[in-house]
Amino acid sequence: MSISLVVNTSARQDSFFWQLMSRPTTAIAAVLLGLIVVSAALAPWLAPFNPGQLAIIHRLKAPDLLHIMGTDELGRDVFSRILFAGQTSLSVGISVVVFTSITGVLLGLLAGYFRALDAPLSRLIDAMMAFPDILLAIALVAALGPSSTNVVIALGIVYTPRMARVIRASTLVIRELPYIEAAKALAVPTPVILYRHILRNLTSPLLVQCTFIFANAILAEAGLSFLGVGVSPDIPTWGTMISQGRQYMDQASWIMLFPGLAIVITVLSLQLLGDGLRDLLDPRLAKGA
Amino acid sequence: MIRSTLHRLFGMAVVMAIVISLVFLIVHITPGDPAAVMLGPDATGADIAALRDQMGLNAPLWQQFFHYIIGVLHGDLGRSIFLNIPVTEALWQRAEPTFFLTLMALLVATLIALPVGILSAYYRGSWFDQIATSVAMLSASIPSFWLGLLFIQFFAVKLGWFDTSGYGGPTATFGERMNHLLLPALSLGAVCSALIMRFTRASMLDVLNDDYVRTARAKGMSEYRVVVKHAFKNALIPVVTVIGLTAALLISGAIVTETVFGIPGVGSLTVSAVLRRDYPVIQGTLLVISGLYVLMNFAVDMLYLWIDPRVRY
Repeated sequence: MSISLVVNTSARQDSFFWQLMSRPTTAIAAVLLGLIVVSAALAPWLAPFNPGQLAIIHRLKAPDLLHIMGTDELGRDVFSRILFAGQTSLSVGISVVVFTSITGVLLGLLAGYFRALDAPLSRLIDAMMAFPDILLAIALVAALGPSSTNVVIALGIVYTPRMARVIRASTLVIRELPYIEAAKALAVPTPVILYRHILRNLTSPLLVQCTFIFANAILAEAGLSFLGVGVSPDIPTWGTMISQGRQYMDQASWIMLFPGLAIVITVLSLQLLGDGLRDLLDPRLAKGA
Repeated sequence: MIRSTLHRLFGMAVVMAIVISLVFLIVHITPGDPAAVMLGPDATGADIAALRDQMGLNAPLWQQFFHYIIGVLHGDLGRSIFLNIPVTEALWQRAEPTFFLTLMALLVATLIALPVGILSAYYRGSWFDQIATSVAMLSASIPSFWLGLLFIQFFAVKLGWFDTSGYGGPTATFGERMNHLLLPALSLGAVCSALIMRFTRASMLDVLNDDYVRTARAKGMSEYRVVVKHAFKNALIPVVTVIGLTAALLISGAIVTETVFGIPGVGSLTVSAVLRRDYPVIQGTLLVISGLYVLMNFAVDMLYLWIDPRVRY
């Protein structure tokens, strides 16, 4: 009996994964994203050059076989810098996702489950949503001081209400289902109901929202770095690379072109993956349904 | 109608009160003395004390909060440390380019998104639909500042069709100034059109299968009238909301776009305020822009009541 159960579960998980991968666009997006994440993680081994190594003699060289994405104004290899910058940009994105998953879920669960908390928390969420994301993020970074940690905190605060809103809406629906009533009748403690019966059923909206927040966080981080109010300019990120490359746009457009493409490909893969996940996990929302 | 208007007005007031409180608190989350941070490492103790005095930082927090609220209610958003003028004056001086940039970008976004969204839904599954949805997805993934730089490089430098940057000199006529905003509005609008397009498409798909659309066709009405007069009018409601929300997105995008194109608007004022740690200006911009957003939401809600009588509960 127990063996058949195990087999069933793994078969279900397999089928979910394969269902997701059976959509060509989602599969391509997942592979691209995987490649980007792995190449950023393995940057120290994959990068052909030291990202900070100056070689003025090779400055502003167009892409060739040695420097496949050319060199920047200080002769540094653009490809190697993109790999290392990816580490910063992606880890900021992932940290923002973790931050909002904790704060947003907590806020959303509380607002959705406890009727007394709903009105005040919802107003707070509305008020926080009134701040345009980049504007609030730069104001927070200005107050906290520029650093990667503060960029994560700022963007985390910016995206928390967006996550909370989705979680609250789903919690409101689940709260009314008969099995929650049954659990209450059986005197199951509230924290257990919240964790075991509600939170576990929120996996789908949570997962979908996470991919979109990840995508938005990467765009926002790039924006902050471009404006010079993000992480320290000495640390390469895709945004700072574009910002530094813009001065040489006329002579060496590749310096700002390739980091931009890295952002576009990463964000596009995340959006496509999120769309695929949403269509699969919540067929009612499927496009064109 | 009056009851629901009052209800929404009250909700707006509560949200605005929270917004003001959050904006007030931003200065106080600064690690260390905000006055010292603002004046930089070269400031003397006397300078810092003078600024603390000017900003009222010596009073207890609740008193500062009270003064801030009273000030905001009287239209006083404080004084810029660096420009040495009232924040409201600084914002007013820079409002014109941002206003017209946002307006033009919204126009660009809507003009692209509505027809493409309608056609995409009408010819659902066709090559046009597939290309349109893919382009929309792609444009939502492009950082607006990067697209702006590419536009400058291609349209302004290579083709010479537009001015590369700026907002014209002090003597520039209104037309010349608007000419400077064309390229920034295009790059900002293109990025924001994706959201409106996807909503228009989804909303049109919803209504195109409805009974009254079939009835209109059965009566022998022309396809144009069926789609535009009958279907689109009903599909418009969610689209109006998204256009309203996009306006807020555009203000946010304008901050970055203004920096790329060197436009002296509210966005570049904010960025320079952040770099100089001019907190009153940062607070003022946050307050005014989020206030506009809340008002915009309210306006969209009211428009809803007007377009769709079913919402008047």
